[in-house]
Amino acid sequence: MNWEIVMGLEVHVELSTKTKIFCSCTTEFGGAPNTHCCPVCTGMPGTLPVLNEKVLEYAVKAGIALNCDITRYNKFDRKNYFYPDLPKAYQISQLYLPFARDGHVDITTPSGVSKSIRIHEIHMEEDAGKLIHSPYGDATFPDYNRCGVPLIEIVSEPDFRSAEEVVAYLAKLKSSFEYLGISDVKMEEGSMRADVNLSVRPYGSSEFGTRTEMKNINSFKAIERAIAFESQRQIELLESGGTVVQETRRWDDNKGKSLAMRSKENAQDYRYFPEPDIPPISISEEMIKELTDAQPEFAHEKLERYVADFGMAKADAEIITSSKHLASLFEKTTELCGNPKETVYWILSQIMYFMNERGVLPENITLSPEKFARFIGIVLSDRINRQTGKTVFEAMFFADGDFDVEKYIVENNLEQVDDTDLIRETIKSVFAANPKTVEQYKAGQTKVTGFFVGQTMKALKGKAKPDTVNKVLTEELKNL
Amino acid sequence: MEITTMTALEIARAIKNKEITCADAVNAVLNAIDATDGKINAYITVCREQALQKAEEIQNKIDSGELTSPLAGVPISIKDNICTKGVKTSCASKILGDFSPVYNATVVEKLEAAGAIVIGKLNMDEFAMGSTSETSFYGATLNPWDTSKVPGGSSGGSAAAVASGEAVCALGSDTGGSIRQPASYCGVTGFKPTYGTVSRFGLIAYASSLDQIGPVAKDVADCAAIMDVIRGKDVADGTSLDVEYPEYLTSLTGDIKGMKIGVPTECFNEGLDPQVSAKVKEAAEVLRSLGAVVEEISLPFLDYVIPAYYIIAAAEASSNLSRFDGVKYGFRSSNYDGLTDLYNATRSEGFGDEVKKRILLGTFVLSSGYYDAYYRKALKVKSIIKDHFDRIFADYDLILSPVTPTTAPEIGKSLSDPLKMYLSDVYTVSANIAGLPGLSVPCGFDNNGMPVGLQLLGQRLSETTVLNAGYAYQQATEFHKARPEVK
Repeated sequence: MNWEIVMGLEVHVELSTKTKIFCSCTTEFGGAPNTHCCPVCTGMPGTLPVLNEKVLEYAVKAGIALNCDITRYNKFDRKNYFYPDLPKAYQISQLYLPFARDGHVDITTPSGVSKSIRIHEIHMEEDAGKLIHSPYGDATFPDYNRCGVPLIEIVSEPDFRSAEEVVAYLAKLKSSFEYLGISDVKMEEGSMRADVNLSVRPYGSSEFGTRTEMKNINSFKAIERAIAFESQRQIELLESGGTVVQETRRWDDNKGKSLAMRSKENAQDYRYFPEPDIPPISISEEMIKELTDAQPEFAHEKLERYVADFGMAKADAEIITSSKHLASLFEKTTELCGNPKETVYWILSQIMYFMNERGVLPENITLSPEKFARFIGIVLSDRINRQTGKTVFEAMFFADGDFDVEKYIVENNLEQVDDTDLIRETIKSVFAANPKTVEQYKAGQTKVTGFFVGQTMKALKGKAKPDTVNKVLTEELKNL
Repeated sequence: MEITTMTALEIARAIKNKEITCADAVNAVLNAIDATDGKINAYITVCREQALQKAEEIQNKIDSGELTSPLAGVPISIKDNICTKGVKTSCASKILGDFSPVYNATVVEKLEAAGAIVIGKLNMDEFAMGSTSETSFYGATLNPWDTSKVPGGSSGGSAAAVASGEAVCALGSDTGGSIRQPASYCGVTGFKPTYGTVSRFGLIAYASSLDQIGPVAKDVADCAAIMDVIRGKDVADGTSLDVEYPEYLTSLTGDIKGMKIGVPTECFNEGLDPQVSAKVKEAAEVLRSLGAVVEEISLPFLDYVIPAYYIIAAAEASSNLSRFDGVKYGFRSSNYDGLTDLYNATRSEGFGDEVKKRILLGTFVLSSGYYDAYYRKALKVKSIIKDHFDRIFADYDLILSPVTPTTAPEIGKSLSDPLKMYLSDVYTVSANIAGLPGLSVPCGFDNNGMPVGLQLLGQRLSETTVLNAGYAYQQATEFHKARPEVK
């Protein structure tokens, strides 16, 4: 039988507001245990939560970006359960009136499937702390630093049919939130977490199968593996005459399998009820309009513009718009130097190399558009050649603030050599040093020309102007 | 000068006029505690050293002219569910152990800034759940008028301390009548403000949507003076109201001519003790003689207030009290095996029966499948009651009723008949459900010499009207000046 996989996603995204959702503690990741908390976020008796207005603003920005209806009259609810990482024994969340509903996200997969994923709702909530288990045995230590870090949970409809679609969706969310500047969206640090609701059904069936919910998926790669494993597990179970149990499962990426956590029968009754400590929040038309007008140009919009306005290859545009930091560097540098093609060249050849080979993250790039543009100006004015340019670019890219390109070139004597006589002399000495190769050329092996170019450049420390080297070499070869 | 019989405003005036010092006032209260608290058990913690040290500081500030507030130098005592920095705050529960907050409740901050001196922490029903102050882990508080009787609750320590002179004035909290009912049983004045008027930051929550801190004092003027200090928008409490607040003390004119007072027929049915009924009706006549228009009205929803109240209060309590789990502070059972057992053992040993009963009730009414039948319905009743009061207050300034159906019952009688105890809240809980201000003033004594109380309710944010009517009544009567001899 052919099986269809049906999935819905619950994605938690930590908002990058400076302070927590209900108190003024920092939201910074890490820190020594229990140093980023106060009586409010640790739920000490008598303390009360007060909503951080920035959280609402960031959340509504996300709701607008995902094409949702924004709820004008909002409330928070309490989700009650006992766990040591939850100091109040309830999480302040939104059940009855989530702030955003009925949105959609348009995705295109690498294999070319384009579809719209419907968003059921997005709600605001507070994050819980973390438990640190002692490696020596029976002790567990709560760390409340993460308590009260603002989250939004994006609940999709069961619209996914493949892991590829799930990854495309997550990448789109990640990119949108990065462009909005509302989250760090780092799966490794837990600032973006996805739970996958998965079921299988025979192709053509319109009924849903029994689903499981998988938690603890910490990377895009893990999500693909988890989906492959869990769908196969359910298919094998059904094909061998078994039934799928509705349950929550934990993905263990090291073992490469999902393990049952709790079944529906043991599901928690969260006893939701309206949070009496936070009065209802009204979202005004003005606020929605203001935040709609302030939506940035997103990756897919930039991509289309780059292709149309700059004649950029789609693949190149995809790379540059994959990060708002790269896109911003590209746009600002192009504006200053007036040469998009050259800017793209250096980003794709050099910066991408540093990112791939040296783990440089786009958000950590310190190179200013001004310096980048000046550098391009120098390259285009023939003061250095491209080969030397790479050396200069690298030095500039990793240098601190007061790096001066001009000074660096002069001090390191890197200016391009365009002295025909000097080049001619060098070529002659290359011929003299390599009599065998000269004989080969004379015998008709013209491919050794490249060797002569290389040797000449080497002798001139890579600084010679390539055009001139080629021109003079051609002349000298004729004279042989 | 007998300091323990003086009101807060009289003491402040005497200090200002250099007739007495802050230390005299503090010492008088401490001596009263030494003399009678062994009998009535109104205090859980007495802050002797801190209070005396503070008295010196405040005296200097008064002498230098830095402090001129009407409460400068006045000793005040605080119910033990209100957080006091560095001072044990127990909610009269075993489960909080020796919990000592690192922060003050906003009301405490405000009172200290106004020069009031915290004397100690007052006994109460555990987590403010009860009407008798018998459920305290630290032992029952007794009524200073007759120590075989309860002082009421849950702010029984507050009312008993003020009545006996062990406190000049006090803060209590009122979720269903917890200020007004003990004030009535102990013959003192208690005021429950409009919900949102006084910050709840630092009040350990029982039922968040109903809880409100308020004063317990010897008369209405003292209540107004305390309200002037503690009311106001607090950024740390999202439910505190951001409105223009009047000056309460200076608005006490005693003139109530033409004020329209409604007296609900349903409050005088067969459940009401005839002696209480007679005293409250006499009080209504006094107000009429002062120029008020007193008319009969109807509160047809009165039968529904108790069930709605207990569902809402228990539901919120079950959630609010979940944080007491033995993980972070307070009491932790020494007998447990694993996490679930740590919770079970700690909460089984740490909470008293009445608290457990309400947690169970609240957990039940919020459970999946029951939420709509109970909690949602209770919220609907709440909203209907609120609307009904709005209609009444379109025509009337005040509603007058008894505070309780009887005077203070005997120790041990109430807890053995809990349903009767719950029903005795019938006159007071409406104010919490509708968020109204409510005042309890002494209006006489029964044949056994036990105090009877009169309740005045007003529309939300009409504290000046409510307080002024109580003030006018106290200008015309002497009941609030009677003091018990603790035996």
